[in-house]
Amino acid sequence: MQLVKQSPWQRFRPWVITAVVVLIFAWAFSGIPLASVKPQALIITKAIFHGLFHPDWSYVYTGDGEDLVTALVETLAIAFLGTFISAILSVPFAFLAARTKKGFFTPRSTLGKVILTIVRVFPEIVLAIMFIKAVGPGAYAGVLAVSIHSIGMLGKLFSEAVENIDRGPNEAIVAAGGSALDGLTLATLPAVMPEFMNYTLYRFEIAVRSAAILGMVGAGGIGAPLIFALQTRQWPKVGIILLGIIIMVTVIDFLSGQLRKKLV
Amino acid sequence: MESLLPERQFSQKWHIKGLLTVVLVILILFGSGQMTGVSTDFSWDQFWQILIKMTQPDWSYVSAIVTPILETIQMALVGTLLGTIIAVPFSLLAARNIMKNAVARGVIRFFLNLVRALPDLLLAALFVAIVGIGPMAGVGALTVFSFGMISKLFYEAIETIDDGPIEALTAAGANSIQTIVFAVVPQVFNQFLSYFLYTLEINVRASTVLGYLGAGGVGLYLSQTLSLFRYDRTAIVILAILVVVIIVDGISNRLREALA
Repeated sequence: MQLVKQSPWQRFRPWVITAVVVLIFAWAFSGIPLASVKPQALIITKAIFHGLFHPDWSYVYTGDGEDLVTALVETLAIAFLGTFISAILSVPFAFLAARTKKGFFTPRSTLGKVILTIVRVFPEIVLAIMFIKAVGPGAYAGVLAVSIHSIGMLGKLFSEAVENIDRGPNEAIVAAGGSALDGLTLATLPAVMPEFMNYTLYRFEIAVRSAAILGMVGAGGIGAPLIFALQTRQWPKVGIILLGIIIMVTVIDFLSGQLRKKLV
Repeated sequence: MESLLPERQFSQKWHIKGLLTVVLVILILFGSGQMTGVSTDFSWDQFWQILIKMTQPDWSYVSAIVTPILETIQMALVGTLLGTIIAVPFSLLAARNIMKNAVARGVIRFFLNLVRALPDLLLAALFVAIVGIGPMAGVGALTVFSFGMISKLFYEAIETIDDGPIEALTAAGANSIQTIVFAVVPQVFNQFLSYFLYTLEINVRASTVLGYLGAGGVGLYLSQTLSLFRYDRTAIVILAILVVVIIVDGISNRLREALA
């Protein structure tokens, strides 16, 4: 019996990979000053946890519009409006980026994909600051930032949905004498609608999280009171805001998950 | 003759459910519009000024960006690794086929859900308050963030494995550590690596903005250039982020395809 001889590369491959991985992580750890932690870190951690377990309940609702409930509702409003606008804006981008023709040279779809990648990588915080310059600080800037930034991800997911549908019905309508618009409204859109709704709800879950953050740069929502409370070291207030965010995100995730289960 | 067609109920005939949904969505839309004050004027000239400045990037700034962008990648690597190391025991404890005790499993999953509810930048703000300004805050935030994400991906992977090898090892008298090492790990290892790379991609993307709140990396330069109104330099930072994200995504995608 003759054993298959391993080439040197096959024999050393695991070792080479291990060495490369170890080198990469050695380099990564070398750049992080692991010891540079504030000496009072433990005390502050304790204070935050103390705040989490003894939250400032009086902040939940005061009635003057500067309380937790108002800020959370504003956060949800930013996320809802932003996602709604971006879901509509994403549809043309999705059809632009969808690769419906086979072949190597697809300038239209490549252009769409490049645009969507740039939008996706453009940091949401920078967008928020640009919009704050245009409309002033507040929730409106947050809505605009969410609605533009979400196009990047929604457009990509939508275009994949368009790529994956069965194109038979569309061809049948065109063959029977329907216009391209008939094909779009009667065959393509009904087929992709459930997936579009599903992705929109999924993106809404993400938008709630980012709307909770955008306030840190002044774009409305719960972020602003949180960063103030952190800077002024009001730990009980930090605690109640964190609890509020956790509850809001969990409830929205649950509701949206239930709706999405029904859709699919 | 009696009709055999099924009667449509009142609510079905008039599409009550669909109509109510539409009305509800429109009401929420108007409510949100009121709440966020979207009727305010949009000053286009301000916005155009920024955009025009951004289209003329200050290329000399590239050299200043290289070190922080490398620090960003280092933060992402360290944070993902630490998060994964912490996540492995938790994912085992949260998997239905490893942890038979439903109450303990429920408690662990509840805890993981709480961790996952916190957005990355919020964690960064917390860690800046705790450990102070610098890359350690970013590493802390990314560790917790990837811990939440990876533990969920991992326990779902563990739950899909074939139970045969576990039963065989248990029948042969292996203890639970031996079962995990010889029956669970070999089945999920490739999936784990794939999820690790996926989380690394997300962390690289997240780590580029963490610095905005003082958590190290290139994000600091975003906030500096923006507050000095040097949008030509902001454009360079964004371009650098774009390049890094595309490169890391590309490498990671290739590796994940090789693993699958």
